[in-house]
Amino acid sequence: MPEGGATLRLAGQGLAYALFAAFVGFFAVRPAWTHLGPGDAVIKVSIVHRGQPVGECRERSEEELARLPPNMRIKLVCPRERSPLELEVWLDGRLLHREIKAPSGLRHDGPSYIYRRFVVPAGEHVLRVRLRDSVRADGYPYDHSERVRLDPGRALAVDFDPAEGIRFR
Amino acid sequence: MPRDRPRRARGVETAVRTLLRLMRGAFEPFERLAYRLFGGESPFHHLGALTIYLFWIVLVSGLYVFAFYETSVAGAYASVERLTQEQWYLGGVMRSLHRYASDAAVLTLGLHILRELSRDHHRGPRWFSWLTGVPNLWMVYMLGITGYWMVWDELAQYVAVATAELLDWLPVFTDPMARNFLTEGSLGDRFFTLLAFLHLLGLPLILVGTIWLHIQRISRPRINPPRRLAMGTLLALLALSLVQPATSHAPADLTRVPQVLALDWFYLAIYPLYDLLGAPVVWGVLWGGTLLLCALPWLPPRRRAPVAEVEPAWCNGCRRCFGDCPYGAIDMAPHPDKRGKEISVVDPALCVSCGICEGACPSATPFRSVRELVSGIELPQYPVQVLRERAREAARRLHGPVRIVVFGCGHAADPALVARADTAAVPLVCAAMLPPSLVEYLIRREGVDGVVIAGCRAGDCEYRLGTRWVEERISGAREPHLRRNVPRERVALCWIGTDGTLLRRCVEDFRARLMHARAAGEAAPPATAAGGGGRA
Repeated sequence: MPEGGATLRLAGQGLAYALFAAFVGFFAVRPAWTHLGPGDAVIKVSIVHRGQPVGECRERSEEELARLPPNMRIKLVCPRERSPLELEVWLDGRLLHREIKAPSGLRHDGPSYIYRRFVVPAGEHVLRVRLRDSVRADGYPYDHSERVRLDPGRALAVDFDPAEGIRFR
Repeated sequence: MPRDRPRRARGVETAVRTLLRLMRGAFEPFERLAYRLFGGESPFHHLGALTIYLFWIVLVSGLYVFAFYETSVAGAYASVERLTQEQWYLGGVMRSLHRYASDAAVLTLGLHILRELSRDHHRGPRWFSWLTGVPNLWMVYMLGITGYWMVWDELAQYVAVATAELLDWLPVFTDPMARNFLTEGSLGDRFFTLLAFLHLLGLPLILVGTIWLHIQRISRPRINPPRRLAMGTLLALLALSLVQPATSHAPADLTRVPQVLALDWFYLAIYPLYDLLGAPVVWGVLWGGTLLLCALPWLPPRRRAPVAEVEPAWCNGCRRCFGDCPYGAIDMAPHPDKRGKEISVVDPALCVSCGICEGACPSATPFRSVRELVSGIELPQYPVQVLRERAREAARRLHGPVRIVVFGCGHAADPALVARADTAAVPLVCAAMLPPSLVEYLIRREGVDGVVIAGCRAGDCEYRLGTRWVEERISGAREPHLRRNVPRERVALCWIGTDGTLLRRCVEDFRARLMHARAAGEAAPPATAAGGGGRA
């Protein structure tokens, strides 16, 4: 038997259990963690898009087609590899981020995936996002600029749809 | 240069041992205090079992909470809130218990790992238990993190987005997972079905499997804590659940980013690290830490003592060593020389050289009239012949009114601390290495007044079962037992750990009882040895 009176030991055990519970209870919720400052907002850019083929498509000649098995006689052939995506994010006329993302896949024939998160000061901003998806053309075919109001804690999503272009949501 | 290698290896070994000793020293004051308060039921002695017990609480409370849970974007938060607010007296308590028991499990698990490490229990034959414990850590954390997702409040949103971003950093997924949390419409109900499957079935099943693997190489694993400790832990967590009920943050809103969070640091500490230092650092810490944990048993490998050896001529296949070995290192096979008999076979990969088998062997009796005493199974570095000689010589040198021989386990306080003219100290590897017949031999044949067997704290044997086997052998509940013609009041068990003060007190109390008994001319009353759980 451990030394000390039974009452004292019982009290000690009670204190030990209380300390154990207090330790668990404290670190289960404290100290608080500030993930985002009180004057900050977030812009999330997420784009999934298959770039344009890196080369021109061409039509096969009759001789070429004849040499192919019947089930493979497709007239228009395009290079398999896709262009990388070139993205620029501008905030209030200042370049916030620039990125060139290669297409996925071993043959670089899949979509390019971009996901980026930026913490910016809350308030009114002019946000401009530009996207180029072809190595064969100059300039940015997709370009969207908009004055946005970002309240503290706001998460503005920027995504892309080939039909609708760049969208701020 | 080659000559330098062993020296360098010795240097590394010394450095590791020093580090482990420092770690153990950090535990020691708390362990001593806990032992004084709880005795053999000290929480430190049952950290692994406590962790498993806490998961039972988590399981039962989790099943209750899940009965009211809705696996949908719209329903998840609302159902948890309803349970917390409208049914606070049961559902709310169950939810709080679920959370706090999970947190407590991280605490006990962490202490279990550090304690085993500080005792050098991760190297040598114990590497398997150590290594198979590592996946448990991952499983526990994955369970905890997926549990937080299910509430689908701001904290869940923070954890979900950060986890997705962390996973996206790995070159595994092409389509970023974080896209699923871009806008309100991008998250579907199936996500919660998947979460429920993972949290309730997939991960717990894997965890049960890894726990099973973790205890494979030990016999009689202790998977339940003592009843009073279990009850005390449950009551403490219940009280906490009532004083500080677990609550949710505001509902998740993907158009906003959570700002200030009441974080559960037991499970979610990696997320602030991610906020501050980014994904490469977090993965570096996680994978680096995991690799380090996995490699620890070989950094450096433990120099092993010679393992137990079987002497076929004296092994009659009684199976006592087979039953007593705490690590399942002994198997039985047909005896090569005795038809129809079995023989013990030691697996060197599993043997920890504790000598418990030597104490279990009936042929280790010192009364045998052979010139060279050889036991059926014994440690080559400390055979029973040497043990008998040491004990006999020590007993013959004693003089004084009360002559005591103290056998001391090699992992407890050094018995030499109490050695003097009337008290001799004989070291052992483990207390259970002592054949009970040697106690009888010293009292009846050598005229010793009393024998003390000192060892690790009760329930905290370095070799898991040694103290228990000694108690059972001395009380007659286990073979080989101390024969009934030996007065039990002349034997004291001092489970004192490394506390030399407790050893001195235990021996002195025992001496006082023996003297009192002699003076009174009657048997001493049953002993309650000071501080060490001593028995007589």
